[in-house]
Amino acid sequence: MGIQFKPTETFRGDFSYSNSDEAVLRFPFPFAEDKYMYSVNMEPHVRKGPCPVFEHAFDVDEHYIAECHERALVLESDPKRCQVLPHMMAAQWDTLELIMESLATDYPEHFSLTRDGDNWHWINRPLNTDQRFVFGDPSTLPREPFEYITRQAQGDFTIQDQRDHNLYVDGGMVTCQADWSLEFDIGMSFHEWHGPVPLAHDIGVFDRALQYLLRLQYGQPVRRLNWTMTVNPRMDTSPENYPDWGPDKLTVTPENVDRKVHLRVELQTLFRLPRSNGILFGIRCYLISLQDLERVTKWSKRLGRVLATLPPELVEYKGIARYRDMVVSRLAAVDDGAPLSLGIQPDQTSLPPRR
Amino acid sequence: MIVEGKLSARVVGVDTISPTLKRFRFAPQGGGQFPTAAPGAHILVTLRGPDRVWKNSYSLVTTPEQRDQYAIIVRRADASRGGSHFLHDVITGGEAVELSAPASLFPIASLARKHILISGGIGLTPFLSYVPVLRSRKATFELHQFCSEGEAGVFRDLLGNEDGRIHVHGSTSRPALDQILADQPLGTHVYTCGPDRLMEGVAQTARRLGFPENAIHQESFGAATGGQPFVVRLTRSRKTIEVGETQTLLEALEAAGVEAPCLCRGGACGVCLVPVVDGEPEHRDHVLSDAERAEGRIIATCVSRAKSASLVLDL
Repeated sequence: MGIQFKPTETFRGDFSYSNSDEAVLRFPFPFAEDKYMYSVNMEPHVRKGPCPVFEHAFDVDEHYIAECHERALVLESDPKRCQVLPHMMAAQWDTLELIMESLATDYPEHFSLTRDGDNWHWINRPLNTDQRFVFGDPSTLPREPFEYITRQAQGDFTIQDQRDHNLYVDGGMVTCQADWSLEFDIGMSFHEWHGPVPLAHDIGVFDRALQYLLRLQYGQPVRRLNWTMTVNPRMDTSPENYPDWGPDKLTVTPENVDRKVHLRVELQTLFRLPRSNGILFGIRCYLISLQDLERVTKWSKRLGRVLATLPPELVEYKGIARYRDMVVSRLAAVDDGAPLSLGIQPDQTSLPPRR
Repeated sequence: MIVEGKLSARVVGVDTISPTLKRFRFAPQGGGQFPTAAPGAHILVTLRGPDRVWKNSYSLVTTPEQRDQYAIIVRRADASRGGSHFLHDVITGGEAVELSAPASLFPIASLARKHILISGGIGLTPFLSYVPVLRSRKATFELHQFCSEGEAGVFRDLLGNEDGRIHVHGSTSRPALDQILADQPLGTHVYTCGPDRLMEGVAQTARRLGFPENAIHQESFGAATGGQPFVVRLTRSRKTIEVGETQTLLEALEAAGVEAPCLCRGGACGVCLVPVVDGEPEHRDHVLSDAERAEGRIIATCVSRAKSASLVLDL
């Protein structure tokens, strides 16, 4: 049985995006403890863990078709959301190979890849795509290989070139970002593009993370969860479009906070690429409304505790100052203060109705 | 590509190239395809002999697109730890072997305008996977292979058609490194693999001629995880565990059933830090401060090892 896609849901306008009960229960909740602080929280991306989204190299869920449509809309109005510098052609083919092979292996009912030497045949059933091409020859694809395949994948991607003991963000497909810009960052080194992050530089997080990633081995990808919050289920929260979504923060009231405010979690994965020796950085975005998150008792209490104790620098950096207190008081009202289990797992297998 | 554990393979061919050189070809056990290997990648080959196990790293000589077979070329060395003797004398085809996923510590530089490859003897092997890749990328390159006069023909055969970019220098017709490296265009990168003396000569010559440090690349299988074996004693669980030369301290603890904390397995997160009661750690992590390193009272088990023959840990 395949995934039941929801092809018509939207991430703009009427915001018809929502999670099924199954999608709520498999949500990658990011808080293993009641407090949050930056750390080098990377671990091997193996096909197991406390959350089902870890079970595949690239997770595909019920939002797949709708997210690919949303990406196409963003690119139509702003083609520079996908850019790759000229020396990254080998990394482009590496990315195409990695994503096609992974999807075809992990979801054979939806994707297939057959190869006869350099003659490849790719079938993407959910998007109704059937493409024969010559691997290594960009003229046989309708777009360059990186853009071609990342238009058929959920989440943003960047490709890092490794040279001079550093990583450079020399390409990307960035249409569902949490307020950062590829157009601004392209070509930057690791510490340059992480420049705006508060506190973490001072405790050496980026020095250690860079050393770790420079040694990332092929076949042994790593992952981490990152998070922020977004008003409305809007994928494209880019600096370029701030006038479209920034004012949404002012629309949150105690009456609508549970429907308006969404926890936004990024499953970040890093893969060493073979031909280019680059690194593919996947930033897979998951959104859950507060009213759905509340149906998991442990997550409801823990999110409230994390937000209540979040350092002020992080409240500011994550852009949640306008409505943080509303969320905290709503969640605190149903928190009995009892200890919660460590880890991110939901501790329940079914969901009550919404509050 | 997620590779969990080792790649199971079998030897599907042994080709004699010269009296001391053999090519060993491997195919995935049970069919299928190997992971795409980087140009210049190496694999760790695990061979099980009758009374011991050999683990040696060899450069792949196959291209990234060749995934039905991996191949290595091995010289039967007089002064080897036995791995090359075992390969040459015992492996005839059909044997099961374990391979690591191909690792790349010798990549082709993405921004180089020109590539100069200089190898000596069997150090040619990583360039056998470079050359077809550079050709298909239409890159500007030249290769210089230094070898004994007697082996020049063998290496010419391995490299295929000489096309003006491939130069095999036997001992009677050797150009000086200066001749090769002088007057190269800006943006030229030089790569070298072979005996230490050759690699040092190439690096020194390149530096003297003004190559920037980031344009000089030397093959090394690197300080991956291995080192001298040592013994670790655990005060709390009262266990004594041997850490092998190709095993990390963390892997040895896990193999012995000790619940050791860990997360990133790469010396960056600090989760695996354990107090040292006695012995001298060899720190390889990126977490500890200089003062903590000097003090030597804490160790990152996922990457660090011992300078002393044994370590005592509070675990």
